[in-house]
Amino acid sequence: MFSLYARRRLINTISLTISVLAMAFGLFWLGWILVTLLIQGLPALSTTIFTQTTPPPGSQGGLSNAIWGSLMMTFMATIIGTPIGILAGTYLAEFGQRGWLSPVTRFINDILLSAPSIVIGLFIYAVYVIKVGHFSGWGGTFALSIIVIPVVIRTTENMLRLIPNSLREAAAALGAPQWKVITFVTLRAARAGILTGILLAIARISGETAPLLFTALNNQFFSYNMNQPMANLPVVIFQFAMSPYDDWRSLAWAGALIITFSVLTLNIVARVMFRQKANTH
Amino acid sequence: MNAESITTPHKLIVKNLNFYYGADRALKDINMNIPDKMVTAFIGPSGCGKSTLLRTFNRMYQLYPKQRAEGEILLDGENLLDKKQDLNTLRSKIGMVFQKPTPFPMSIYDNIAFGVKLYENLSARDMEERVEWALKKAALWNEVKDKLKQSGTGLSGGQQQRLCIARAIAVKPTVLLLDEPTSALDPISTAHIEKLVDELKKDFTIVIVTHNMQQAARVSDFTAYMYLGDLVEFGDTSAVFTNPKRKETEDYITGRFG
Amino acid sequence: MSTQLRDSQLKRQNLLDILFRNLTRFCAFGVLALLLSIIASLVVSSSLAMHEFGFGFLTSADWNPVTDKFGALVPIAGTLATSIIALLIAIPVSFGIAIFLTELSPQWMRRPLGVAIELLAGIPSIIYGMWGLFVFVPIFADHIEPWINDNLGQLPVISPLFSGPNLGISVLAAGIILAIMIIPFIASVMRDVFDVVPTLLKESAYGLGATTWEVMYQVVLPYTKIGVVGGIMLGLGRALGETMAITFVIGNAHQLSASLLKPGNSISSALANEFTEAVGDLYTSALVELGLILFFITFVVLSLARFMLYRLAQREGHGA
Repeated sequence: MFSLYARRRLINTISLTISVLAMAFGLFWLGWILVTLLIQGLPALSTTIFTQTTPPPGSQGGLSNAIWGSLMMTFMATIIGTPIGILAGTYLAEFGQRGWLSPVTRFINDILLSAPSIVIGLFIYAVYVIKVGHFSGWGGTFALSIIVIPVVIRTTENMLRLIPNSLREAAAALGAPQWKVITFVTLRAARAGILTGILLAIARISGETAPLLFTALNNQFFSYNMNQPMANLPVVIFQFAMSPYDDWRSLAWAGALIITFSVLTLNIVARVMFRQKANTH
Repeated sequence: MNAESITTPHKLIVKNLNFYYGADRALKDINMNIPDKMVTAFIGPSGCGKSTLLRTFNRMYQLYPKQRAEGEILLDGENLLDKKQDLNTLRSKIGMVFQKPTPFPMSIYDNIAFGVKLYENLSARDMEERVEWALKKAALWNEVKDKLKQSGTGLSGGQQQRLCIARAIAVKPTVLLLDEPTSALDPISTAHIEKLVDELKKDFTIVIVTHNMQQAARVSDFTAYMYLGDLVEFGDTSAVFTNPKRKETEDYITGRFG
Repeated sequence: MSTQLRDSQLKRQNLLDILFRNLTRFCAFGVLALLLSIIASLVVSSSLAMHEFGFGFLTSADWNPVTDKFGALVPIAGTLATSIIALLIAIPVSFGIAIFLTELSPQWMRRPLGVAIELLAGIPSIIYGMWGLFVFVPIFADHIEPWINDNLGQLPVISPLFSGPNLGISVLAAGIILAIMIIPFIASVMRDVFDVVPTLLKESAYGLGATTWEVMYQVVLPYTKIGVVGGIMLGLGRALGETMAITFVIGNAHQLSASLLKPGNSISSALANEFTEAVGDLYTSALVELGLILFFITFVVLSLARFMLYRLAQREGHGA
């Protein structure tokens, strides 16, 4: 009987040690990737990144057009996707108790949430880019907004569901019509959580490359015109990194650093905000 | 506050036990003797420390870093709070049943066999016998003997709790700790379990925590009344309920507060 | 007089109520319409290739833009191979991380470590791709691949899998990078699922004298198995559709071979590399058909995952 127990203790110790190693394994890669980014990207960072446009191979330049393009498309995609997402999420949480539309929408939303983003790019290519005949910033925007929508729907529905019914009932008891109950009371109560969801959606699309490959494509020059191919960080990084030119590669690292830093910041801000809200409850 | 002198042998002797949640002292200088093969009940209002005290007996608190106990608890003469005591072996000698039924996600047979397999190398034949014995002792055998391979979660609440009791006694512990075992059950199941406790005390020393005074009166031989971490009174159950020595006890029992 | 005012006000509010409800319903419909449009547009755009190649598309390893002969076998094989390699590595590691986060780590470490894992999940895939190409692949080619060739490549049955050139760029490298990418995702899901296991259940097992490993493996894991499998399938769904992390290191070679050490291709990488350059309707249509196949595979996997997680949620609501 002693050997049975000793064996169990041994298995326990081994398994738990492996678990610690697994944790270290995960952290190791995170650390290595971040360190690499810093080592390669920091030297390439300078003010010219933000003031000069992407250069032809073999000359100096920056990423200003790509940064601008990404900002524009991310911004517009958020503007387009968020209201649709909030409204649909509201339907799922507030109105959808009966009928078939809610469960179906929820299911489809979950699929879209994890669907391959390159297929989204193909879709926009087929229905928009071909129709207008050229790549454009709008195409990229639409593709990104399709990625925003499921994220916002999910968070909105979850946050609304967390609001206790007593709040809705109190507003209704005062005679408020349902649309006012929802917009002035329920949505407002859930706003921190919904905002968190929007931030997370922004973080997600900031790093997406695949949907932009066939929609916005890229642009060597600085452009305000959304109706033309638009430069953007992810595609520029892709192009420059795969190239054999050193200055292009170093710009790619700088771009990678900028994207990662922005995404991580957005994630952390979203998390902090959400926890603050949870604390005030 | 010292325990009454009792002529029956003592299974567990608690000496100067103090318990801390972080900086808060939840149990204050508890001294108590738990008699062997009898039912002892801990009663008291919420937060008095009765569950905390129960959980020191199998050192369940050690799962949580901020909780610690100081003092001695002697089980058959050995201090089970001693750091050298092996935790897992200790827990195999002291069984515990919780407020809500907690069947493991496996068949009824495997639920019972789980604890036994940890410490004993029984043949398939012997294991079947042990499972049957445990289920019979827990008054569940007749209801489940044809569905031993079915999942434990498919039983009713009362049956699940009896399953947990069977699981706890299958390893043949010497002490059985029951932490509000009927609080999640309906009155009929509660009555079954209370009858069971009466049967089980022939083989095990039983300590039961209950927030239901009437249950304590029905089921136990000895009762400990606790309040805010202190052991206020300990004695023969009928004496404590009909002729309490302390005014605080009387106030609680007559419902003046709590 | 005042009741008349109230009546018209009431009518207006009712109208606004109806308008609002229908607006939200319209948006919900929009999601359904979106999915149907995606499927429809993919089918329409790939109809040329479907007509031309039929079901043979799935089994043919040809890929020749010059002769206009295309087959999906190589990209499908690559997609499946990289995802399976990724899962084989990611599942045990994620399980270990989830155990660490829920049972082993000291309380003060839990939140920062959990956040660190989630941050890892948020890093854009193109970063993984770049790091993979410039940092991982050279080390892989110089140190790890030779070891694999010399050891695993000599073992009887599996040697064809593990012998090949030491280029670094390979299906195996892509699978490993993909694993690193999905580990944080699967670990978070496992951690979340383990967190909702009732404390009483774990204490019951500890109370019988079980060790921590026994509690996790024999009680917690079976209890959460539906959720865990659901989480793994979600991770699989992500892995299948992943583009940038793989494209940098898979090699984009349209050749089928048993060796994991050789370069290969995946559906998403093929699309990323070739779509904008594709000349000719059949070429484009074949690529879109690849996209359709990918969408179909992920749709099935994700549906299964959702179904399983739904079953788990139902069971929880039931009251375990």
